[in-house]
Amino acid sequence: MSAVAEERSLRAPWALTAPALMLFVGVLLIPLAMTVMLSFHDWGQYKGIEPVFILKNWHEIATDPYYAEMFWRTFRIAILTTLLTALLGAPEAYILNRMSGRWKSFFLLVILGPLLISVVARTLGWALLFGGNNGLVNKLLMSLGVMRSPIPFMFTETGMVIALAHVMMPFMVLSVWAALQRLDPQIENAAMSLGAGPATIIRRIIMPQIMPGVLSGAIIVFSLSASAFATPAIIGGRRLKVAATLAYDEFLNTLNWPLGAAVATLLLAALVLIVVGSNALIERRYAEVFR
Amino acid sequence: MRRNGPLALIFHAIFVIVMVAPILVVCLVAFTPEGFLSLPTNGFSLRWFRTIANYPEFIHAFWVSLGLGALSSLVALVFAVPAALAIARYRFRGRDALAALFLSPLMIPHVVLGIAFLRFFTSAGLGGSFAALIIAHVIIVFPFALRLTLAAATGMDRSVEMAAVSLGAGGWTLFRRVTLPLILPGVISGWALAFIQSFDDLTMTVFLAAPGTETLPVRMFLYIQDNIDPLVTSVSACVIAITMTALILLDRFYGLDRVLAGKGDTGR
Repeated sequence: MSAVAEERSLRAPWALTAPALMLFVGVLLIPLAMTVMLSFHDWGQYKGIEPVFILKNWHEIATDPYYAEMFWRTFRIAILTTLLTALLGAPEAYILNRMSGRWKSFFLLVILGPLLISVVARTLGWALLFGGNNGLVNKLLMSLGVMRSPIPFMFTETGMVIALAHVMMPFMVLSVWAALQRLDPQIENAAMSLGAGPATIIRRIIMPQIMPGVLSGAIIVFSLSASAFATPAIIGGRRLKVAATLAYDEFLNTLNWPLGAAVATLLLAALVLIVVGSNALIERRYAEVFR
Repeated sequence: MRRNGPLALIFHAIFVIVMVAPILVVCLVAFTPEGFLSLPTNGFSLRWFRTIANYPEFIHAFWVSLGLGALSSLVALVFAVPAALAIARYRFRGRDALAALFLSPLMIPHVVLGIAFLRFFTSAGLGGSFAALIIAHVIIVFPFALRLTLAAATGMDRSVEMAAVSLGAGGWTLFRRVTLPLILPGVISGWALAFIQSFDDLTMTVFLAAPGTETLPVRMFLYIQDNIDPLVTSVSACVIAITMTALILLDRFYGLDRVLAGKGDTGR
């Protein structure tokens, strides 16, 4: 390669990515930095935002038990949602994978399609199904004899977890599905020919191999659930706040932007730590799978 | 491979019913002839679809969403196509970091992005404007546009380009006559997926929209906050129908499994 061509190939990628890079620095990195700075500003009912550097908002979040409770609720809901999607989504992906061609692609479409349908519409569906004490879900559960008296779903954490799990389920199925594609069906047959029963095969052969898929699905579901807005806002109502809905209230109702920015910054920092940390753990534990 | 047992099939049936139920119930309630929320028991009626016409704010919000989705996906592609070509073809210092930066809007919670953009555009004097919405949506749909274009550019056969170069084509002609047509299916699918993402976004947009620039999801959300009635279900049914159409087109054009496989990687 001549010197000129070499120099061109050094400069070309930067010339091609420069517009996008400038866009991202200008309207993504700078706004994010401004938000972090905003969390250190002062705010008063009458004076508005004052551009000073104080720890007032962070101090308030650290000391007021209201925020501890709210963050604990946010992460509790996210953890329960993650568990529910893993417990139901992983077996479903396994069953799907064993179906024959045409049914497989049909049901894959039915289960993954909702991913692209408006979250507002899907959550509205749950609000209709839950709907008070004589909602469809309660009627069904009582007629099946699962329970005697109706339990409230709207404006409760139970309802939020169910609706969120429904919204996040496609991510889990997709992730386990991807792991199953790497699995060699011959190993299952080999185990069977050596006399292993179905339970042993699932526990000793399938589970260890799809675990990385379950875990990476769990990371996606957890981080999306912890920062979810539409579902908690509609199912949880105005009283049951999570981090995203609280930040929304601070910004658009109370107008205490610095406090809202501190809540958002904390949420972002916590999620980045959790996601990066657990990714590293998974990759170390299952190094052979990712190689 | 062994078949699924009866227990597995029962589990599967319940799973699928639960996945479909909320979407189905919205569409069914939308056809109720009653003035309140009920499953249509005495006949179907288009009453609540006609009622939408009396709510110009929903119609206006629909056009805002449509324009916003179409424009922001297009602008995102203008930035994403060259970037995708660079990332697909060159090994250069900072390549991985750039790719991570360009995909980062998938990792950052939309509530944080909404706050950051609200702060940024308000201090830039663009608060609540359509221009601010476009720029913000370009950022959130960029990863989807980039990803599908990147897949097309990586899998592309370079020999056709070499032939064109040997015949004297260069620069813009090469791109317009050879490269672009070859990656076009990826580019169009990237546009469609980006459009759906923009069309459906609530969490970020709810921070930026002002009366006049409210998108359909924002309008629906604000309406649901006050009360839930059959009107909002008929609007939702229309939204679901639009998304389904786009979905089927995407499936025909590109294969839905490939599109969604890209989406499943968001957390990585």
